[in-house]
Amino acid sequence: MLSELGEEAKLLAGGQSLIPLMKLRYANPSHLVDLNFIAGTSYIKDENGALRFGALTRHAEIEASPVASRIPVIHDCAAGIADVQVRNRGTIGGSLAEADPSGDWATVLMTLQTEVRCQTKKGDRRLQLTDFIKDAYTTALAHDELVSEVSVKTPPPGSGGAYLAVKRSAPVYPTASAAVQLTMEGDVCKDAAIALGCVGLTAIKAKDAEAALRGQLVNEKTIAAAVEGARADADPQSDMRGSADYKRTLAGSLVKRAIEIAVRRARGERVEAGHIYA
Amino acid sequence: MPELIEKVEIKVTVNGKAHSLSVEPRTLLVELIRETLDLTGTHVGCDTTYCGACTVLMNGAAVKSCTIFAVQADGAEIMTVEGLEKDGQLHPIQKAFGDAYGLQCGYCTPGLMLSTAQLLARNTQPTEKEMRKAIAGNTCRCTGYQNILKAIQIAAQNIRGA
Repeated sequence: MLSELGEEAKLLAGGQSLIPLMKLRYANPSHLVDLNFIAGTSYIKDENGALRFGALTRHAEIEASPVASRIPVIHDCAAGIADVQVRNRGTIGGSLAEADPSGDWATVLMTLQTEVRCQTKKGDRRLQLTDFIKDAYTTALAHDELVSEVSVKTPPPGSGGAYLAVKRSAPVYPTASAAVQLTMEGDVCKDAAIALGCVGLTAIKAKDAEAALRGQLVNEKTIAAAVEGARADADPQSDMRGSADYKRTLAGSLVKRAIEIAVRRARGERVEAGHIYA
Repeated sequence: MPELIEKVEIKVTVNGKAHSLSVEPRTLLVELIRETLDLTGTHVGCDTTYCGACTVLMNGAAVKSCTIFAVQADGAEIMTVEGLEKDGQLHPIQKAFGDAYGLQCGYCTPGLMLSTAQLLARNTQPTEKEMRKAIAGNTCRCTGYQNILKAIQIAAQNIRGA
């Protein structure tokens, strides 16, 4: 259908971004193809060491799913996106396909082995999330292609992660966010994945922050180095949510707290994390 | 001349009453509710998916009816604030909002009551944190939230006792 309607047609998933954008006339699609009536597009499966999410799985379904909570950062994220009403409609596939720089999912899923399954009439391909997201509001999707599934590899034993996002109120996008995923062996960090949200044109893989922890004892000194790394990796813009300096500082502080929670979770402790708002 | 837009037939149940309607695809659910069905208890506050004044239940889930097209409600069951009372008796949530002074101008109240309805349908013993989270998508600009939280607590007690 998309290939017949041409490049100006748009897919409608949860609609919680697209419909507001259409009201503001920022988006003016020639046709809307509503995916919501297609059966079998919403599911959460734990198979072969990976969690698989149907593209139209709602944030609220992920929030309520014990299966999805096996990767705690996924629950951290799903449970705090916008508000109840938006989580009841918004979808994981729609969020990734929109590629808003302030969206939560890309930041979280960048710290995990995430594959996005893209489908056309002719067949499908699987892209690593980092290859899928090209730029702000820009993905590798062709105009006649859609996201059908998001698949996330279960982290190895000894892993712990946390996602923290600060926002001014529930319905708005965060000012800054940080996702951390660590694989620990005792007090030594065997592997680290750290991503920052809202502080660049896409979610940013904080490579300097990761390098500061990888293979190191996690202590005050290495955490401080990771925070410095994260602040260097961030590339924020000043806007109504805050100045670039403020966001850079905030992103670093969130990385610090997320590392501390990730370490405790890796030890099996139950610690709460997620969105922070007034 | 604006282009003539082809209408779409939908079936939707609102507050228990089945309707067969012919709607333009661009019509928002809140417009259908307010203008076609004349149920003006559902309010439009911001029209930008922020304030939650337009919250209704769609198949039991709280949604912002300004951010759903009416055609997407085809086959769905909608509940608006008018559907809360039964046989002239206020719903326990409505009664609690009155008793606790959980409203002042009342503009946000229908949305708040429906967000409360989703919460209490799933959890009749919410913690304060759960209550705050449940109404985080509803903005009140006059009463403040203390009395609203009291109202939710009283409503929960009444529903448990009922």
